[in-house]
Formats: sequence, C-alpha cells, structure tokens
Amino acid sequence: MATIAQREAAPGGLWSRMSLGQKQVMWAWGFLAVPLIFYAVIRFWPTFQAFYLSVTDWTITRPASFVGLENYKRLLADPLFWQVFRNTFMYLILGTPISLGISFVVAYYLDRVRFMHAFIRALYFLPFLTTAAAMAWVWRWFYQPVPIGVINDFLASFGIPQQPFLRSTTQALPAVLAPAVWAGLGFQIIIFLAGLRAIPVTYYEAARIDGLSEGAILRKITLPLLKPTLVFLVVFSSIGFLRIFDQVYNINSNDPGGPLNSTKPLVLMIYQTAFSSYEMGYAAAQTVVLFMILLVISLVQLRIMRDR
Amino acid sequence: MSKAASFEGLPMSRIRPGRILAWTLLFIGGVIMVTPLLFMLSTSLKDASQVYDLRVIPETPTLDNYIEILGDGRFTRWFVNSMIIAVIVTLSNVFFDSLVGYTLAKFRFRGRYIVFVAILSTLMIPTEMLVLPWYLMASQFGWLDSYWGIMFPGMMTAFGTFLMKQFFEGVPDDFLEAARIDGLNEFTIWWKIAMPLVTPALSALAIFTFLGNWTAFFWPLIVTTSAELYTLPVGLSSFAVEQSIQWEKIMTGASIATLPTLIIFLFLQRYIVRGVMLAGLKG
Repeated sequence: MATIAQREAAPGGLWSRMSLGQKQVMWAWGFLAVPLIFYAVIRFWPTFQAFYLSVTDWTITRPASFVGLENYKRLLADPLFWQVFRNTFMYLILGTPISLGISFVVAYYLDRVRFMHAFIRALYFLPFLTTAAAMAWVWRWFYQPVPIGVINDFLASFGIPQQPFLRSTTQALPAVLAPAVWAGLGFQIIIFLAGLRAIPVTYYEAARIDGLSEGAILRKITLPLLKPTLVFLVVFSSIGFLRIFDQVYNINSNDPGGPLNSTKPLVLMIYQTAFSSYEMGYAAAQTVVLFMILLVISLVQLRIMRDR
Repeated sequence: MSKAASFEGLPMSRIRPGRILAWTLLFIGGVIMVTPLLFMLSTSLKDASQVYDLRVIPETPTLDNYIEILGDGRFTRWFVNSMIIAVIVTLSNVFFDSLVGYTLAKFRFRGRYIVFVAILSTLMIPTEMLVLPWYLMASQFGWLDSYWGIMFPGMMTAFGTFLMKQFFEGVPDDFLEAARIDGLNEFTIWWKIAMPLVTPALSALAIFTFLGNWTAFFWPLIVTTSAELYTLPVGLSSFAVEQSIQWEKIMTGASIATLPTLIIFLFLQRYIVRGVMLAGLKG
C-alpha cells in the first residue's frame, strides 16, 4: 500500500496517466501484495517443504539428505503406527456420531423451547469456550479413584464398583474422548439451531395441514433440508477428532498417549517423533500421512453426503 | 428469562406434558454440561484440607489459591502473553482477512480467481503438516521463543478470508461507486464505507480468532521453551505437571485460563452466538 501512496503522490507520473480500470487493478494487487507474500512464505512454501522433508533423514543434529521413501516404509512397518492409526480412527468413529447425535437431539428440542431458551442454550454452549488443555486436567481429576475422583465417588454411592478409566487400556480412549465431545457439543448445537431456523415455517405448516406426524415431518422435511448443515458438521467434527491432541497430551502427562499407547493419536505421535526423538524427517512423513487421511476423509464424506 | 413472556398468547393446550418433560430433560442436560466447570471453580475456592469434600459449594470458600498462584507471578505473565498474542493476531486477521476478502469480492482483475482458489486451497493443509517447516523457519530466523514466533503462522487465515469475501459480496456496488464519485480512494472506501457494513461478520471473525488463539496449545508448546514466553495453556500444563496431585492448585490455574472467555461470553452472549451461527452457515 505504501508503494501505491507514493505513486499517487508523484505529480504527473505513471499513476495519473492510468485509466480508472487500470488504477483499480493496481489497487487490487496493492491490497493483495502483503497477504500474497504471507501465503507464499507461511503456507505454500512450508507445504512443499513438508513433502520434501518426508523423504529425508533430517534430525536436529544432522542436515537433511534424501532417503527416498525410507520413512514411509519404516512407518508402514512400525506396529506403533498401526496402533496409533487405529486409535485415531476410534476417536473419529466414536466421536463424530456420538457428538452429532447428542447435539442434534438437543438442538431439535431446544428449538421448540421458548421458556429460558437463551439460558439453556448458554449452559450447553459454555464448554465450547473453554481451553482444552485446562479442561483435560479437570477431567483427569474427575477420573481419579475415590475419595478424590468425582465420577468414581458418584458410582460408589450407587454401589457400582470402581472404574480404572485412564489407567485401563480399554477405558482410557473413551475417557479421553469424553471431554473432547463435551467441549464440542455447544458449537454443534448452535449450528444445528441455525440450520433448523433456516427451514421455512411454511413447510411445517403445510405438512401439518396434510396431517403428517411429528416423526414423518422430521424424516421428510427437517432432516433432508438440514443436509448442508449436517455435511458441514460431519466434515468439521471429523477433522477435529482426527487432529485430537491437547486433551490426550494433558490428561496423561506422565505418559502421554498411554497407558501402553492405547490413547495415542497420530498428532501426538508426530509431536513425540519430532520433539522427543528429534527425527524430523520421519515426523514429516507422518504429517504427510495425516494430510492424506484428512483429504480422503473429507472427500469421501462430501461425496457420500452429496449423493444421498 | 424474558423469553418466558412468549408463552403468552399461546393457547394453554400447546403446553403439553411432553413439552414440560422435554424442557426438564434439556435443563438437566444443561446442568450436567456445566458441572465440570462448577467443580473446577468450587475446588479452586477450597483449601487443601477441603479438596476431598466433593460438595459443590465450599464450606469455607477462600481465595488463598488465587492469591498464591497469582502472587508467584508466572500466571500473570502467561496471562499477559496470551492476551497480547490473541489480541494482535485477532487484529491482524480482522484487517488482512477482510482486506483480501474485499478485494476478491469487489475488484475485477485478471488472476482474481487463481488468487482465490490458491488461498482457499490452504484450508486443505492441516496445521500439523506445516509445523515442522515453521519450526525450521523459526529456528533459522531466530523466532523460536518469541511472541512473533508464536504469532506468525496465524496472522492471516483462509477461513477468515473466505468468510469476509462471502459477506462483502452482499455489499451493494452502488455504495462503493457513490464513494468513488465523491473522490475517495479505494483504501478509504474499504475502511470507511465497506467495513462498517459487515460488522456482524467482523465480530464473528474476531471472536473465532481470539478464542482459537487464546486456547491454542500445539504450536505454542512447540515454539516456546522458556517459561517467560509460555501462553496460558502451555504454562498451565507445565504448572499442573509440577503440582502433581495438588488438585485445588491445578483447578485454580484451570479457572484462571477459562474464566476470561466465560466472562466475555456473559457480556457478549448475543454477538457470540450470532457470530458462531454466521461463521457456521457462511463459512
């Protein structure tokens, strides 16, 4: 923008001889100049670099040299990777349907509620504004054994035996997932509410005149018309669950991703490979795999939702 | 609350038992949703001897934990770090994302579509993939362990640009033409005429950017090494590890990290909810 100001200031210069259309073009590129440099240097260049690094043996101490697909071969042969791959998909497969199911039911009924509507909505929305790293500690505390752990204490008052939660290889993953689902519900409910509001009231009125039951209205009108909202939320929350990190890292900081790697997602593996083992090249290959997974999942979901 | 009044004018037959049941269940669900927050706050107001008493209302509430934690200076430092970073990144996004969004929506020039697609395509690239090159870049330029190092990756976002472009497209060209005839330059037209017309979108963008940066953990964890430069989430994480089982201290730290956004929400609820809806529908 500075350059444009100068040109404008120069009397009788190039600028004054330009047509209005040419000036517009100059303004446009002037506005875009700084952002384009930003996107080139901070987004595009690092993207190519990530692909490049993934085929090198770069570590903190050793400069990068080309090793071909060695990192990818090593990754595919690494049992930890397959464990992590399974965990990552468990977060997705459990997290997305559960959170969307709950948030749709809440939004569907909340949409009809007038009494204290804003207050109830606020109760559901508040967790969305919390810091995941902080909430992981709150949930970690909840999961402790009695006498300190709130959930076990609650269970004990009904005579239900103690649950190990974070100490168990089978319960830990759902226990880590719970705060992530909890924190995301508010956002999804708000988006569903917006989607529900956007459906014209006349459709419902017409359906009621035709004598359709509430269930039929839900199936034939509400859900089909809510499809764009649903597509957005499925893609958005799937990506969120595939990239889960903050909760996992904080809820078990003695052994992040534990016990026995049973909660470790791909992003945590990337973090540990890069910043605990300092195998940057290997970590870069893992980030490329994450990119491919996100790409495939988004494309497949968009495709499925579009066809339906 | 005041919405209760809207029951008036409805025939009483509309208030069926089913509705009352639905309302009650929704309300209970809502209370369950805020339970973790209530427990967090309540425990932060207890001293070490009361922590094992799991009642939500502390018997003898005390601010000692807050006094101790804030008194040691680290949390105040992390709070200030987080605030500075979140505010600067938010201002940068509000400025640049809307400038680019406006240019792409309202100027006609060759290459416009390519620029738009190029920026949009960066949405497909997960941050995690860029983190290693950013780390390399930051270490080469000496940005590790600095505010700029934490901030630079997020100074502009494709999401914000796309959001703003959508909204600027709804601004009538006549307004801008009229300003041009009045002899205003293009920058002034954008800043003085177009920007005020999209304030709902700007507030949505500002809310999302601020929240995202306030709660950000992954990149700040990587790029900072000295405790003075930690953001609140990273600082809290290291603090909690060091406190091990002093839950009242950890809950106090978690409250300090969480309360600002909750308090802002109480004041700006209407704008925040509208902002989330706007961003979700148009974004």
